[in-house]
Amino acid sequence: MPGQRVFLHSRTLPVRMVAPSLKLQDLIEEIRGAKTQAQEREVIQKECAHIRASFRDGDPVHRHRQLAKLLYVHMLGYPAHFGQMECLKLIASSRFTDKRVGYLGAMLLLDERHDAHLLITNSIKNDLSQGIQPVQGLALCTLSTMGSAEMCRDLAPEVEKLLLQPSPYVRKKAILTAVHMIRKVPELSSVFLPPCVHLLHERHHGILLGTITLITELCERSPAALKHFRKVVPQLVQILRTLVTTGYSTEHSISGVSDPFLQVQILRLLRILGRNHEESSETMNDLLAQVATNTDTSRNAGNAVLFETVLTIMDIHSAAGLRVLAVNILGRFLLNSDRNIRYVALTSLLRLVQSDHSAVQRHRPTVVDCLQETDASLSRRALELSLALVNSSNVRAMMQELQAFLESCPPDLRADCASGILLAAERFAPTKRWHIDTILHVLTTAGTHVRDDAVANLTQLIGGAQELHAYSVRRLYNALAEDISQQPLVQVAAWCIGEYGDLLLEGNCEEIEPLQVDEEEVLALLEKVLQSHMSLPATRGYALTALMKLSTRLQGDNNRIRQVVSIYRSCLDVELQQRAVEYDTLFRKYDHMRAAILEKMPLVERDGPQADEEAKQSKEAAQLSEAAPAPTESQASQLLDLLDLLDRASGDAQHPPPLDPSPGGALVYLLDLPCAPPPPAPIPDLKVFEREGVQLNLSFIRPPENPALLLITITATNSSEGDVTNFICQAAVPKSLQLQLQAPSGNTVPARGGLPITQLFRILNPNKAPLRLKLRLTYNHFHQSVQEIFEVNNLPVESWQ
Amino acid sequence: YASLYFCCAIEDQDNELITLEIIHRYVELLDKYFGSVCELDIIFNFEKAYFILDEFLLGGEVQETSKKNVLKAIEQADLLQEEAETPRSVLEEIGLT
Repeated sequence: MPGQRVFLHSRTLPVRMVAPSLKLQDLIEEIRGAKTQAQEREVIQKECAHIRASFRDGDPVHRHRQLAKLLYVHMLGYPAHFGQMECLKLIASSRFTDKRVGYLGAMLLLDERHDAHLLITNSIKNDLSQGIQPVQGLALCTLSTMGSAEMCRDLAPEVEKLLLQPSPYVRKKAILTAVHMIRKVPELSSVFLPPCVHLLHERHHGILLGTITLITELCERSPAALKHFRKVVPQLVQILRTLVTTGYSTEHSISGVSDPFLQVQILRLLRILGRNHEESSETMNDLLAQVATNTDTSRNAGNAVLFETVLTIMDIHSAAGLRVLAVNILGRFLLNSDRNIRYVALTSLLRLVQSDHSAVQRHRPTVVDCLQETDASLSRRALELSLALVNSSNVRAMMQELQAFLESCPPDLRADCASGILLAAERFAPTKRWHIDTILHVLTTAGTHVRDDAVANLTQLIGGAQELHAYSVRRLYNALAEDISQQPLVQVAAWCIGEYGDLLLEGNCEEIEPLQVDEEEVLALLEKVLQSHMSLPATRGYALTALMKLSTRLQGDNNRIRQVVSIYRSCLDVELQQRAVEYDTLFRKYDHMRAAILEKMPLVERDGPQADEEAKQSKEAAQLSEAAPAPTESQASQLLDLLDLLDRASGDAQHPPPLDPSPGGALVYLLDLPCAPPPPAPIPDLKVFEREGVQLNLSFIRPPENPALLLITITATNSSEGDVTNFICQAAVPKSLQLQLQAPSGNTVPARGGLPITQLFRILNPNKAPLRLKLRLTYNHFHQSVQEIFEVNNLPVESWQ
Repeated sequence: YASLYFCCAIEDQDNELITLEIIHRYVELLDKYFGSVCELDIIFNFEKAYFILDEFLLGGEVQETSKKNVLKAIEQADLLQEEAETPRSVLEEIGLT
């Protein structure tokens, strides 16, 4: 409802159709009176409509009030863009009230992103050159708040002129506006650099402060300026010295410190000028020492100056004694009752701990005390600093403190603390046993927060310390018996018990109390881990493998172990299922190899964390791979002995490599098991054998991502009336190819189209040599044992080209 | 500060302790101006709070370290504003003269 003025042709006063506009304070009261968010929105929307109408009408008298209301509403987060043009009008007005609100509006509503902002440039120019001082002040303030690069370029000459004005009120503002302009348009440095040296002679604190800020800005941006201003170092030193030695001044002192703002700014500039410059550093050394010793530290103002002094001392070329003094000041800060001061001390010491290590070391006890801080940001920094202070001479004492901290620290610091302790232990462990103990302690205290490689590191460490095997396995057994929930601990313990179970049962180890453990207890514990719902799949894998290893380490019969292994053959977890199946096969068919396969592991060479993981995986894979292809290997070699070597090359006495014996190779094949059927291939299937209803088919797949690889799946089907049992298929390929046979899906093909047997062959043929394949089948059928040996003819060319 | 909370964004290399002093000085200025400043003072006179801030800081830097000078400048500006607010007749208000 726009305001409509109705003029009556009478002596009565004209009446407005809308209510008179609210005063700012009334609007604020109304908004605060709203009980709900919706109510507030309603009030504001209504008022904004009035404001918009008023703007449209172009009412100059109340414009400033309308804009003020709009600014309040804007602060609450409501849209106010329609007020932008009004700011322009108000700024252009001659009334001071209008300008005051208009400039404030410009600072709040206009910014570089809106083109409208450029429109005030002209008004600002006029106000700067012709306005009275307060108006000049408003213009300068606005310029330094929202002035874009373009505006700054336009108005630089005006600001430059104002630098030379007699009035300090305008001059100090012009100087800081120049700072802003240089930030926006660095080229303007050339305009504002010349007046600086002269301005330093001023006595007005505001002008001095602004000038020093300006010089700082210039020096930070240009090495040439930096060089130029080094010559004022003596003058700065003098100004600061006067400040420090001057007595109390009502106007500028805070808690007995003369103008701390100015002192801090000077110190900061001195830091920049003295950095990497011997001569300047020397000029300021005495003064810095004076400030460091004489500043009143009872209140924050003095400490602020002291803090800046310390930062400057540490950053320039100071005398050694001065540096130690500075670090000691920080050490004293650590004991201050004010939390903020302790905070800046911790952050600063953290920055200095590398460069001035011995000086910071002296405050180690205080830093360690700070671990008890209740404030999170303080305790975190104390932890970082404590960890940085660990070295070979204090490692035992520090670790004790840090481990005590780990037990009681807040959860979000646990992970950092744990990994910090482990890292420090690695770098500075005095003995292996201490190292193992430390890691063990971390795992029991904060097991869920350690990094993934902690398990690998510990097993590596234990594995390499042969003299500590008995000790380690006992301690781990005890820890595991107490608590099976901390996964990294459980994994390491399971691994250890598996590897060194025999030592566990021996019963004597001088380093701990004699422990009487019997076999059943050990097996029971591992079974408990296997069955626990708290155990991760990886953990259960460890436990199962450990049980398996114990079958060769323990004296008793292995019935219990065999039972467990057998149960897990039908586990839903594929990984566990596979292990169980293979271990079971090891028991049933390849028992003569079991001892050799489950021997104690050799120590893996440690290249680094990445190599560690691979080595570990290949170790475990090697165990698995040896369980499966090993038997086929021996029989495949028999096969080849029976047959002619397919390769034309003669006189080959050495063992042909039909399988890849290296764990690394097995790693690739095994861990890469195609659980899902291979994707459909364009190579046609091939029927290679048929006898009395028993048929063998080959299907071929060349995975596109690996052109050297050929996957052959053999499928044995049975359409006869009699079952096929004990079915075994073996294969041989030319020497230049590599063949690996996966375990078959079974040994039996039931009669009348029962479930076929499938088996996967992997053939690597990098040289694209012609593929030749010889097969040997043995099985029982109709109460007769059948053996067939033949070469496959008509292999499709696509299988090897 | 009697249930007043202040938040200040600074740069990496800025001195935190002097920032605390800056906040403290600003509160003192408000206190002097409003007489025992409280939340309502700032709410109902937000534009004044801005004007005072603009006499103490400029472009993010401290421009005047004398409390007296800052308060004097505000006083003068307020006076100017009052002078400008010359009483207007009702007819003037509605644009009839």
